[in-house]
Amino acid sequence: MSNIKAAFDHGKAFIGFLTAGDPDYETSKACLLALAEGGADLIEVGIPFSDPIAEGPVIQGADLRSLQSGTTTDSVFRLVEEVRDSISCPMVFMTYLNVVFSYGYERFFARCAEVGISGIIIPDMPLEEKEEVRCVASRYGVDTVSLVAPTSRERIRLIASQAEGFIYVVSSLGVTGVRDKIVTDLSGMLSEIRSVTDLPAAIGFGISTPEQARQMAEYADGVIVGSAMVRMVEQYKKDAPQHIYDYVKKMKSALRD
Amino acid sequence: MESRGRFGAFGGQYIPETLMNEIIKLEENYRKFMADEAFCKELDDLLKNYAGRPSLLYYAEKMSKQFGGAQIYLKREDLNHTGSHKINNVLGQVLMAKKMGKTRVIAETGAGQHGVATATAAALLGLSCEIYMGKEDTDRQALNVYRMELLGAKVHAVTSGTMTLKDAINETMRDWVSRVDDTHYVIGSVMGPHPFPMMVGDFQSIISKEAKEQILAATGKLPAAVVACVGGGSNSMGMFRNFIGDPSVRLIGCEAAGKGIDTDQHAATMAKGTVGVFHGMKSYFCQDEYGQIAPVYSISAGLDYPGVGPEHAYLRDSGRAEYVSITDEEAVSAFEYLAKTEGIICAIESAHAVAYVRKLAPTMDPNESIIVCLSGRGDKDVAAIARYRGVNIYE
Repeated sequence: MSNIKAAFDHGKAFIGFLTAGDPDYETSKACLLALAEGGADLIEVGIPFSDPIAEGPVIQGADLRSLQSGTTTDSVFRLVEEVRDSISCPMVFMTYLNVVFSYGYERFFARCAEVGISGIIIPDMPLEEKEEVRCVASRYGVDTVSLVAPTSRERIRLIASQAEGFIYVVSSLGVTGVRDKIVTDLSGMLSEIRSVTDLPAAIGFGISTPEQARQMAEYADGVIVGSAMVRMVEQYKKDAPQHIYDYVKKMKSALRD
Repeated sequence: MESRGRFGAFGGQYIPETLMNEIIKLEENYRKFMADEAFCKELDDLLKNYAGRPSLLYYAEKMSKQFGGAQIYLKREDLNHTGSHKINNVLGQVLMAKKMGKTRVIAETGAGQHGVATATAAALLGLSCEIYMGKEDTDRQALNVYRMELLGAKVHAVTSGTMTLKDAINETMRDWVSRVDDTHYVIGSVMGPHPFPMMVGDFQSIISKEAKEQILAATGKLPAAVVACVGGGSNSMGMFRNFIGDPSVRLIGCEAAGKGIDTDQHAATMAKGTVGVFHGMKSYFCQDEYGQIAPVYSISAGLDYPGVGPEHAYLRDSGRAEYVSITDEEAVSAFEYLAKTEGIICAIESAHAVAYVRKLAPTMDPNESIIVCLSGRGDKDVAAIARYRGVNIYE
């Protein structure tokens, strides 16, 4: 059992995602620190993948920029190691299974434990394929976070009852990216989850504005924001950290209201 | 095959949760339809009266004599309606999609053959159709793009990543997670998450079912070898399936070596790939040490894929099937040879198989036979071959 639960101890959690190494190593480090200083309760660090099938154009762009700047799984571990002491909230990885598989499960999760990573989110690994990762990750104290989707229906209870860390509630059909409107019956999904587990649940996919965050927090224990901040990295490059810091402050204060 | 779509260690269902219920439902429906006499009759009728099955098993006498070894038979999938083996799988899947209440089908395509077949079946069965094709492939297979549009499909030129087949699959997956309720993804090869590798292989196995009967009728015995090209591996799986249980029959898959497997411009997954997890399956992939999928290359858009179906990975590791690599130059030369010798212009994909037979047949005994799967016809490739030979023609 990891320290992920602590992220949800101070009211509704703001969970921020950034792709490591986007647009380059140093800027990415500064962005992660800004995310933490702005008040993020949990940080999702994306390890870039060449073919991120669950991502919309914004995060696809981040993966591409990061890989072009020379990012590797090893350099992401190093980056986390360098910022870890300055960041007090828990950190998790988000990446595709092939990145973890090719590194070797033992070696990957041993490094996670060394650098202080508490969990892993793998969007192309459903419940049915989870065990090969979970059995190794758990030995190193790394939680394997499960996702539930609007199409999960009767699978929600099954997934939630075997979940670790927190439950990632996918707000909408489709890929990651900013959305004007979220139409899923989130309240129904959340009550299914709550009927089988006490683990915190956070909603992600499509959230970018303080209003959306406030609205989502009515149902869930936290909100996950990725594309909105990745877009700042794309737009402001070396000046992105200040924008991210201001943005997280604003989102946090919306969640406190 | 074991539970959950495994072929030994390969296969599986490595896809986003959003698709899981759909995939589970698809497998249930597939098993239901395959046991449903009316469905099988309808599909059989389409294969016979629309696609033109059975396809011929043609004895290539001139070729056989010139090589002076094994007798060579060509399984003429190029003669099917739409010009390739792709129609075998597509008719099955689109008919299923319609019966499952879907109103829209989507598909990836490399050379355009699978896209054309899907657009054709969608037109016939009254479903709307959108095709994803890498920008590089829409350029080199412009004729097929227009064919798909004529058939009423919308074609998206994919500009992400390497702009080829793998990126087209990524985009089709992204479309599917956005519209899974009314849409069926007609995967074109023996790849992707279970049940696709099994299902596509089953639909394509009609190739070897017919070929086995035909060769027994023609020669009275089993062939010594069957040979087919391998990208994702659908025509080869179709050619292998009914011979897997006949240990005397060598199963040989020919993958694309592009400019050579010692260059960085090839698509030789079996020769150069390592085990990974991508596009829903555990299998062999061309990738770097960190699991980033490698850009691959072949003159053939249909073989220009960095992975291979999980059943092939299993057949290789178990030693049952052999895989060889054929360069662009060998394939183009075989393409030209077949045209001049037998008067057949085959797809550049299939020419990879013909190229290997040119090496293999002379080493064998005239009492033996080889079946080559001519997976498609080559009209679509004529302009590209001319370009390769430095000839400028107007398409």
